[in-house]
Amino acid sequence: MLRPSTSIPRRGRGPLWRDPSVRALFFQALLLVTVLGIIAFLVHNTMANLDARGIRTGFGFLDHRAGFSISQTLIDYSSNASTYGRTFLVGLANTLLVSAMGIVAATIIGFLVGLARLSPNWLLARLAGAYVEIFRNIPLLLQILFWYFAVLRALPSPRQSITVFDSFFLNVRGLVMPAPETLPGFAATPIALGVAIIAVIALVILARRRQAATGAQWPVLPLSLVILIGLPLAVFLVTGSPLSWSVPALSGFNFRGGMQVLPELVALWVALSIYTAAFIAEIVRSGIQSVPRGQTEAARSLSLPGGLTLRRIVIPQAMRVMVPQVTSQYLNLIKNSSLATAIGYPDLVAVFAGTTLNQTGQAIEVMTMTMLVYLSISLVVSALMNVYNARMSLKER
Amino acid sequence: MSAMSSDSEERLIASRPPPTPQGGAMYWLRTRLFSGPINSVVSIVTLLLIARLVWPVIDWALIEADWVGNSRADCTGDGACWVFISTRWSQIVYGFYPVAERWRVDIVLGLFFALIAWLVIPRLPGKKVAALMALVGLPIIAWVLLLGGVFGLAHVPTRAWGGLMLTLTIAAVGIVGSLPLGVVLALGRRSKMPLVRAVCVIFIEFWRGVPLITVLFMSSVMLPLFVPAEVEFDKLLRALIGIMLFWSAYMAEVVRSGLQAIDKGQGEAGAALGLGYWLRMRLIILPQALKLVIPGIVNTFIALFKDTSLVLIIGLFDVLSIIQAGLTDSDWLGFAIEGYVFAALVFWVFCFGMSRYSQIIERRLDKGYQR
Repeated sequence: MLRPSTSIPRRGRGPLWRDPSVRALFFQALLLVTVLGIIAFLVHNTMANLDARGIRTGFGFLDHRAGFSISQTLIDYSSNASTYGRTFLVGLANTLLVSAMGIVAATIIGFLVGLARLSPNWLLARLAGAYVEIFRNIPLLLQILFWYFAVLRALPSPRQSITVFDSFFLNVRGLVMPAPETLPGFAATPIALGVAIIAVIALVILARRRQAATGAQWPVLPLSLVILIGLPLAVFLVTGSPLSWSVPALSGFNFRGGMQVLPELVALWVALSIYTAAFIAEIVRSGIQSVPRGQTEAARSLSLPGGLTLRRIVIPQAMRVMVPQVTSQYLNLIKNSSLATAIGYPDLVAVFAGTTLNQTGQAIEVMTMTMLVYLSISLVVSALMNVYNARMSLKER
Repeated sequence: MSAMSSDSEERLIASRPPPTPQGGAMYWLRTRLFSGPINSVVSIVTLLLIARLVWPVIDWALIEADWVGNSRADCTGDGACWVFISTRWSQIVYGFYPVAERWRVDIVLGLFFALIAWLVIPRLPGKKVAALMALVGLPIIAWVLLLGGVFGLAHVPTRAWGGLMLTLTIAAVGIVGSLPLGVVLALGRRSKMPLVRAVCVIFIEFWRGVPLITVLFMSSVMLPLFVPAEVEFDKLLRALIGIMLFWSAYMAEVVRSGLQAIDKGQGEAGAALGLGYWLRMRLIILPQALKLVIPGIVNTFIALFKDTSLVLIIGLFDVLSIIQAGLTDSDWLGFAIEGYVFAALVFWVFCFGMSRYSQIIERRLDKGYQR
């Protein structure tokens, strides 16, 4: 009777370094030791150096009085009462302001230029192409310096301001423009706006469910526009239009009333928008071109009207390509706003990593906080982007 | 056959005259610019825009401009006064490098441009030698010649470096340093070893998440804290380290996208031939992956080149800072536009050149996919 042999000679495992899993463990251990060693070395040196210079570590300095003035503060700040912690918030608010302004302007310009590049009109397409090639190949810092020192510094004095509609004045001190002044009772309008936004979100969700269940479509876009504009407007009018405009007027050597936008902010805003728009224009162009012609032709053969083809067929597919790239341009814009330092716009880097660091000498804490702000913005955005990508990606079965 | 042809001949309609040949300027204008009412309006508006925006610039920069002279008094025209640039030409190229030693910069710049030409002109032979020279030979020669202090050459501290030479130095070191580091990081990010992957991911995400300015600030404020007190750390070297680490993270992501595009079977086939990991990478995977992402790599190079201008903020004198400093010269106040336009032109020529070259090389390497 034949029995399966149980005595197959075991093959030797060979020397340990031939075993991939052993080797992997070894390399990882080596890497861990190296990384920890480098960290320990750096920490040790830093501690020794800080000791030698008599710098105390810790975040206690945030509660100390700052004592320097900042040219633009969106939140309450006074040079003789506010703390270094407050300077951090002031700088952060200014960074977010210029980033938000830049994102809005860059998106509008970028879309217009991107569409112009695809225009059948030869002249317009070439002009848009020249815009893209010129502005994306010149360093942003150079563009910021150009707008600030060469253009805004060459503007006339307040008396000879460039005037639009007698209420906007552009001069060497910046842009002076009408400012809204709220009267009592205004608070109801923003609340109404908030309610309108929630209502629109609810409407969109309901409309989606409805369409999924019955196939019937609601005119979501016009309805939401009506709600978004109508509700706050109605509340505003009912409460008696509690808003007045403070129009600037020249008195003596300067303007009274209105609000003044720093020339630094104007320069930074213009440069960031124009520069980022050149990149967004290319993304828009490639996004639209990435939708195959056959898609439009198929829609046409189903006799879908042109507008609907664009809205339901072309744009959704182009968005899938464009949104992640445009988002990373937004992130670049936020990071690039740190170039504000070069012209003295008080953003986070200029105020906190500049003045505050110089005054306190707390390099490690200050740089860590500054970098963490940017790091968390980009990590949050890229996490959101991953969610979006997962939802929008092609469902292949 | 003949029956069929006669049958169809009977049904033929009378032939029409050929369409009149269309061409010439009028036809071109009609189809490209004035094909319909909307298109015509767009064309006219664009033309007006060009007349308002572009023409004044050309008029200012070329037609009304002053070109020769050696002082402010020679600026007589209404347009740009390029005398401002020509009088500071040597500073723009050499910075504050001692005049007697500038031949050393000339040699390095000459070698640099010669090697670049050798590398980019497809017809010239011996690309491997050129690449080796550019990656190993030139850095050593440049180091010895520019810094001096050996072979009887006078020591020129990096404080005195500046202008175009500094811009090119930073860009070249950044490019040569960040590409290999980026490749290693990209391989690490795709490694099967969890710890290696984690270290690479953290490294890449950290550098990509922060602005370059804070990196430069960090390298100028914090790097001295990180090293033993007795180590003297050159300011330029600190900036270079920061720039290299920063851009290697971006490079890693570009290379990673190329690695992801390579079929798994390529590596498996290599393994079946008995090639080890490094040989597989070097001979099979990386050449294909890098070829795929040439546009991405060149884009990163362009971004790196533009961002060398940021060293202005930590007080190094690259082309832009030299010009920026020149604008505060009391003899030449009010020439900001000329200065910035010239600096823009310098950067633009390099960046635009790189992007065009990458398109050419992309088309040349794309032969395998062309039908």
